[in-house]
Amino acid sequence: MSAPANVPSADLANWYDLDEHDHPEGGSTLLGFWIYLMSDCLIFAMLFAAFGVVGGNYAAGPGPKDLFDLPLVALNTAMLLFSSITYGFAMLAMQRGNVKAVQGWLLVTGLFGAAFLSIELYEFAHLIHEGATPQRSAFLSAFFTLVGTHGLHVTFGLIWLGVLVVQVGQRGLVAANQRRLMCLSLFWHFLDVVWIGVFTFVYLLGMLR
Amino acid sequence: MTSADQHWSFLFGKLSLEALPLHEPIIVATFAAVAVGGAALVGALTYFKLWGYLWHEWFTSVDHKKIGIMYMILGLVMFLRGFADAIMMRIQQAMAFNGSEGYLNAHHYDQIFTAHGVIMIFFVAMPFVTGLMNYVVPLQIGARDVSFPFLNNFSFWMTTAGAMLVMASLFIGEFAQTGWLAYPPLSGLSYSPGVGVDYYIWALQIAGVGTTLSGINLIATIVKLRAPGMTMMKMPVFTWTSLCTNVLIVASFPVLTAVLVLLTLDRYVGTNFFTNDFGGSPMMYVNLIWIWGHPEVYILVLPVFGVFSEVTATFSGKKLFGYSSMVYATVVITILSYVVWLHHFFTMGSGASVNSFFGITTMVISIPTGAKLFNWLFTMYRARIRFDLPMMWTLAFMLTFVIGGMTGVLLAVPPADFVLHNSLFLIAHFHNVIIGGVVFGVFAAINYWWPKAFGFKLEPFWGKVSFWCWVVGFWLAFTPLYAMGLMGVTRRLRVFDDPSLQIWFVIAAIGAGVIAIGIAAMLLQYAVSIIRRDQNRDLTGDPWNARTLEWATSSPPPAYNFAFTPVVHDLDAWTGMKRAGVGRPLEGFRPIHMPKNTGAGVILAGLSTVCGFALIWHVWWLAAVGFAALLITAIAHTFNYRRDFHIPVETVIETEAARTRELALAGAAA
Repeated sequence: MSAPANVPSADLANWYDLDEHDHPEGGSTLLGFWIYLMSDCLIFAMLFAAFGVVGGNYAAGPGPKDLFDLPLVALNTAMLLFSSITYGFAMLAMQRGNVKAVQGWLLVTGLFGAAFLSIELYEFAHLIHEGATPQRSAFLSAFFTLVGTHGLHVTFGLIWLGVLVVQVGQRGLVAANQRRLMCLSLFWHFLDVVWIGVFTFVYLLGMLR
Repeated sequence: MTSADQHWSFLFGKLSLEALPLHEPIIVATFAAVAVGGAALVGALTYFKLWGYLWHEWFTSVDHKKIGIMYMILGLVMFLRGFADAIMMRIQQAMAFNGSEGYLNAHHYDQIFTAHGVIMIFFVAMPFVTGLMNYVVPLQIGARDVSFPFLNNFSFWMTTAGAMLVMASLFIGEFAQTGWLAYPPLSGLSYSPGVGVDYYIWALQIAGVGTTLSGINLIATIVKLRAPGMTMMKMPVFTWTSLCTNVLIVASFPVLTAVLVLLTLDRYVGTNFFTNDFGGSPMMYVNLIWIWGHPEVYILVLPVFGVFSEVTATFSGKKLFGYSSMVYATVVITILSYVVWLHHFFTMGSGASVNSFFGITTMVISIPTGAKLFNWLFTMYRARIRFDLPMMWTLAFMLTFVIGGMTGVLLAVPPADFVLHNSLFLIAHFHNVIIGGVVFGVFAAINYWWPKAFGFKLEPFWGKVSFWCWVVGFWLAFTPLYAMGLMGVTRRLRVFDDPSLQIWFVIAAIGAGVIAIGIAAMLLQYAVSIIRRDQNRDLTGDPWNARTLEWATSSPPPAYNFAFTPVVHDLDAWTGMKRAGVGRPLEGFRPIHMPKNTGAGVILAGLSTVCGFALIWHVWWLAAVGFAALLITAIAHTFNYRRDFHIPVETVIETEAARTRELALAGAAA
């Protein structure tokens, strides 16, 4: 059917890319990672929705006003916001090609992240100690799940961050590592944005309820 | 499952010898057959020393074509399992009259209808459409592979891992007895204390990771890797429907993930999301799961709409009528599929205004679907249609699906739904659209693209036997269900009091028997075609005189798909090239940059299976070890920076020279 009638090669160039070069790896990575983040965002959206639906069902148990310690949560929020700024400094250092500075800022970011997690765990432990367990009411189930899922994401972010500190040390700021740093950057700022939602929707609005 | 639920040991969790359903003769016999068959398969693979070949050429392959074929095989195997469930239900319901209990006890029967639904949707229809998209899309857009080849392999194995867990539940423990969407409070711990729902949860979660990642992968592929010149409005329709499908996947599967996580927490941690007390809301589950569930049905049907578009255009020998309206219709369906979910539970009591809104949106969705149908009809209008098997399936689809669509519009009217909700009418409706749409579409696609994948056509004789058995069997099996649904018979019943209903169930069972013959004929068709492959060999790479780029390369295509990436000037790029009489470039080949195979996907999915199995049976230590191993393997994989290689130019020259000889042979034969 396709008769191999050979047309002059000048014409072939019109139909085939005769001068194709290797496509650098990872051309789709940032797009793909962005789409992944949106899918993750949807998981959070569902958890927010669940909180919206059952967040007022205290089942005769404690409500936000009895439980939340806003100054502590504000401190916690500050930790996460600072970690985003320091991650930004790591990216600026990456632009300059300064391996040591990248590693340094990543570690500072990691410290802020760890501080955030510690405060969150302290808060959880305190709530559970007071009897406000995830099993106590639908409100507390939704609260622990939403905040805890965010915390789990931060934990994975920290593991990833640690791996990248090692990999940047091993291979320097090669294209693959720059790509990975960019992805983690997106991930880290994304968690920040989600936390702003948690802080507003769960804590602040909870106090007004 | 009585005592297995109560005791727990550190080493084995809830697992004990009593978890083996030795008291169920049907399952014991099935297990014996599976064990003998499995041993024979393993023995044969070992005897013929095929393990190395399978591992290196298939299991670890990142080639989208091989992964696509593996998805199709997974779908086919699971299809046989799902159909076995179906025919068991049909026989039970045809028997259980006049005081007879049938041959299935309630515990077993409830597992069967649940497993049938879960398997057919998640492990048959999904692998089939994902397999088709995986195989065809990169070829249609002139790409060498997908955007993330390793992720593609990993996605496939995660889907397989989920399927394995469902299969394991047949022999170890039990499956859920809740219906395929596992509504709480029935699926909660108080009413389903066994491991059935846990199998359900972890099988779907693990497979869901694969599905979501494969959705992301294919979106990135379609957006980023199209051949030069292929603008969005020059993409083949199948690629368009695939793009919309994958957008739907990425925008809906996370919802399933989230809602299953909440159910998991209710069952494992004792939270109160969907419980009856402490402020839980079972209705929230129903809402959330259908926010995933309705887009899911479009995830299944949109790709086959693409298939029918390609087939209709090819076998009518014309370009598709109304290409842009087809694209817009697809996009509109994609968007509307998110605003109709409540029609699955009009009777839950959301009130007249809410029900009216969702009733109207549901009816509106039939408009773009109708536009598609008219486009296919107008494509066929005054065309010289070739009635090969893909076209026959397409025609059967058009006739069957229109009726299924109309009963759907009927169900979309809330007052009518109050009468028909949960009845056999509903069952008939969704089988009408899923079999008449998705299954027929997949069969059309298999017959259409088989020669591309394997280099020879399928035998038409057994294909036609299969076709007629399927179409006739389908109507025999489901027309009685429509009738009984209108009479008020509800779904999922095991025994019946009213003897006048028996004749309907007997007819339905005969229909299922005819479908069984259709399936046998289909398997025979594959077997006969493989044996006689030399007679049906296609050397041209374009056996149907088709229109899109996948037919521009050889059958089967080389690992790199295209030695030189085609430049696209028009819709139906390959037709354009044939019209212009463009030959193949025969010199100036270069080494081709390709991704390397890796075993990481198999290992990660294997560890996920172990982890899932341990969580199902509450073997906490194994779950922890499995999870740690999963994390470590994943991290170790990121330390591998050498993931690509070059196909040497000599190999490319050799492969292309073989293609030149084949074309010469084909030319001489013609």
